[in-house]
Amino acid sequence: MADRVGIVGIYQTKYEPRKIFDSYPELVFEASSKVLEEAGLTIEDMDQVVTNSQDFWDGRTISNRTVSEACGSVLRAESKVAMDGSFAVFYAAMRILSGCYDSCLLVSHCKMSEGSPHLINNAMFDPLYQRILGFDELSTCALQAKRYLYKYNVTEEQCAKVSVKNLKNGRLNPYPHRAMKVTVDQVMRSTKLADPIKELDAYPGTDGACAMVLANEDKARKWAPNPVWISGMASRLDSFYLGDRDLAEVASLELAARKAYQMAGIINPRKEIDLVELSDFYSYQELLWLEGMGFCRRGEGGKIVDKGITELDGELPVNASGGILSGNPVTVAGVVRVAEAALQLMGKAGEHQVEGAKKALAQGHCGPCGQGQCVIILERGV
Amino acid sequence: MARRSKRNVAIVATGQTDHRSKRPDVNIVEMINEAVRRCLADANMTMEEVDAVVIGNMEHFEGIFFTEMWSVDGAGSFLKHGMKITTGGTTGSSLAQAGYYHVASGLFDTVMTIGWEKQSEGETTAGLIFQADPLWERATMSGAIGSFAASATTYMDKYGISEEQAARVAVKNRKNAMNNPHAHLKMDLTVEQVLKSKMLAYPIKMLDMCPTSDGACAMIFASEAKAKKTCQNPAWVIAGVTRHDQPFSTDLEMLMNLRTLRSATEEAYKIAGIKEPLRDLDVVELYEPCTFAELSWYGAANFCDPAEAGKLMDSGATQMDGELPVNPSGGVLSTNCIGATAMIRVAEAAIQVMGKGGKRQVPNVKQAMATGFGGSWWSDVMILSKTP
Amino acid sequence: MNEKGGSLLIAEFDAKFPYDYSAGRFASYFFKKLKEEKKIMGIGCPKCLRVFVPPRPACGYCFVRNTNWVDLGDEGTLWGYTIVQFPFLDPLTGVERPIPYGYGFIELKGASTRLQHFVTASDLNKLRIGMRMKAVFREERQGNLADILYFKAIEE
Repeated sequence: MADRVGIVGIYQTKYEPRKIFDSYPELVFEASSKVLEEAGLTIEDMDQVVTNSQDFWDGRTISNRTVSEACGSVLRAESKVAMDGSFAVFYAAMRILSGCYDSCLLVSHCKMSEGSPHLINNAMFDPLYQRILGFDELSTCALQAKRYLYKYNVTEEQCAKVSVKNLKNGRLNPYPHRAMKVTVDQVMRSTKLADPIKELDAYPGTDGACAMVLANEDKARKWAPNPVWISGMASRLDSFYLGDRDLAEVASLELAARKAYQMAGIINPRKEIDLVELSDFYSYQELLWLEGMGFCRRGEGGKIVDKGITELDGELPVNASGGILSGNPVTVAGVVRVAEAALQLMGKAGEHQVEGAKKALAQGHCGPCGQGQCVIILERGV
Repeated sequence: MARRSKRNVAIVATGQTDHRSKRPDVNIVEMINEAVRRCLADANMTMEEVDAVVIGNMEHFEGIFFTEMWSVDGAGSFLKHGMKITTGGTTGSSLAQAGYYHVASGLFDTVMTIGWEKQSEGETTAGLIFQADPLWERATMSGAIGSFAASATTYMDKYGISEEQAARVAVKNRKNAMNNPHAHLKMDLTVEQVLKSKMLAYPIKMLDMCPTSDGACAMIFASEAKAKKTCQNPAWVIAGVTRHDQPFSTDLEMLMNLRTLRSATEEAYKIAGIKEPLRDLDVVELYEPCTFAELSWYGAANFCDPAEAGKLMDSGATQMDGELPVNPSGGVLSTNCIGATAMIRVAEAAIQVMGKGGKRQVPNVKQAMATGFGGSWWSDVMILSKTP
Repeated sequence: MNEKGGSLLIAEFDAKFPYDYSAGRFASYFFKKLKEEKKIMGIGCPKCLRVFVPPRPACGYCFVRNTNWVDLGDEGTLWGYTIVQFPFLDPLTGVERPIPYGYGFIELKGASTRLQHFVTASDLNKLRIGMRMKAVFREERQGNLADILYFKAIEE
């Protein structure tokens, strides 16, 4: 890309099952003020704010009104992207690339503990044709998992290996709340939620916020001597009705990834990308998205995890952060993927650091069964 | 703060449904599709040529969570980049600005923005309740009308604005709407009729207030190359500015001084090189949720001193044949499909610049302004011009 | 009428959306004081010294944490008001509020922002901007804004 957007600051609150002491303004103020503090900046340095939340999760229509002061938008430009956070990062970067703004404070929040996930997720489905079936995120993802495992001969054990890996990695990350040491057997024997998804195959309810400071090339270089750059970003939406597509196929992800690679000048992702942070709300998704992004051929996702290629010390670490499975809130999860990828490139990933990482990929998705996909590629030291 | 984009962007087409209080003949996705098709027809384009679709509404009003995912078939976003941006009343203008930034970023050539609302299908009261802060506002909530009314009393008290002057706004806008085939309320009223209409909350009467409508609006933003190739008279985007504020209406002066509009127009005028808006702008589509708001915001937008807004109205300067026609489309007082309303302001301003206004066309429009309002008294301002 | 000349269907849907909102540290303290001591508290910014009610964690102007609690008393001036003539559903009771009723914004002494609440006088038509108002509290308070019944005009 001709002009570039850099990431110069990151802050994550602790991700917890229920942050009962935090109202939304308190949660967002923590993230917004701390990200500036740690980057050595003030709110006056920010030309604009992009917020990221969902009215249905917050139980507030115009959910960004609740956090107006807390996100720093008093007498400042602000807009809200009501999707998975990866799309919010994309939009914030676009607003800077337009030349209209030099910098952006991005803050994403969600408290899954305050509403009823089943009812909220049921509301994403069509009232006439789907809601009556009691669909929610879990049940439809289970449908997708079943289809994917069947069509591509992936096993539940291979999915369980993803959980084992990610929950283990999460122990090296201070932020998520459900990291643990488990065996494949323990995952397989965990409570069945919706066949084939079991409790340890699924992400836990989580509250939290994540903030980021983005800037154009000039400001980024001024504020961080060696910033992380966004080198490629793209998104695509697939069809909505589950029956309109084969849930084992990932057309929107393939197209988004292809476009992002093109922008970033990446020809062989498997060789050129040093680590991946993808959105693993459910363990099967890690394998499906890896295939969709071309890190292996279709149906080979299971083999990749069998061979240990995606381990923290493997050839292509995937979700060194512990992923969403270790405990990230929905919506915020997409920003966390970009944040964790950026932290890796900055060398600030602490105990879960992947050595010498220069190029990373972050992926988020939104809508039923990964309908909307967003891929963001980062690089540093280039 | 904001500046003009580094790449030129133009609005090349618009499309709207014919707004009504109820559209039982279409479901929501069909309604969206109607606006989309009209927009494509206006652009003389096919959906294939559109790279991205940005859409929004107020989710709680219809009770549908992922509206951008659900409407893919009707919005034409299948296998394209798509986003949902929702900011309450300013949704439409946030979407218009998003269209602008998408193209200005250099990543997209042709972007469609869609705002819509089908309130007749939702439980408006529930939507309003969710809008109110559960701790501070729900116990005493009296709707938007309550806040506007309470603020209108201070406005009248401070500046000596009369209910008659406010009523003139309703007469003007609803009469203008008679020239607009899409407008919901088209009425030839007298000031008397407005003053005699049912009192909702003093001093706001039924005819002082905007309706709720079912409708959708779509626009196409294009890069310079695309605009020059496909459009005879594009409306170039010169400035896009947003201002947000503190969360509670009680934190703000509201009608006495909508400081977000004051601040946003100041910056927009600076970007556009506008020194005297009354003279330098040719037409304005001003988001006016109630009559008193339009008056007050003449002052906030610096058309006149805040104390002189009533006089400006009385002088006829903002009538169709005045120095600066305001709301030739009929404004929000005539049509209010929340997710679309602020976008309709931009679309109507674009229509004026493109010369497609038909019976509501203001002659010789070179520069137009569109404002958006919503949330906790936020403002969006966009300035469009015949020349880039 | 649909395309084939039949009648259009309307599908009716009811959905429940329960929420447990965390009041947070600031609101919790405010409501505790309101309930236990009939005190209306504002919170001040240590930098610009503005005092905000309702209380909130951050000063939107200085972007710092608010720290100084201030007792705002229970009297204020009526900044703006209206007499509501259309029945609004009371979300706390599920029943429409009896009309007409007064609704206004009160400037409490020492606060930079106003409180919204019901307002009344011996006669609603007597309400005027600038009137002095006093909070009337409920006997049995629960720790929410309805612990204040309304603000009543202090009439000589």
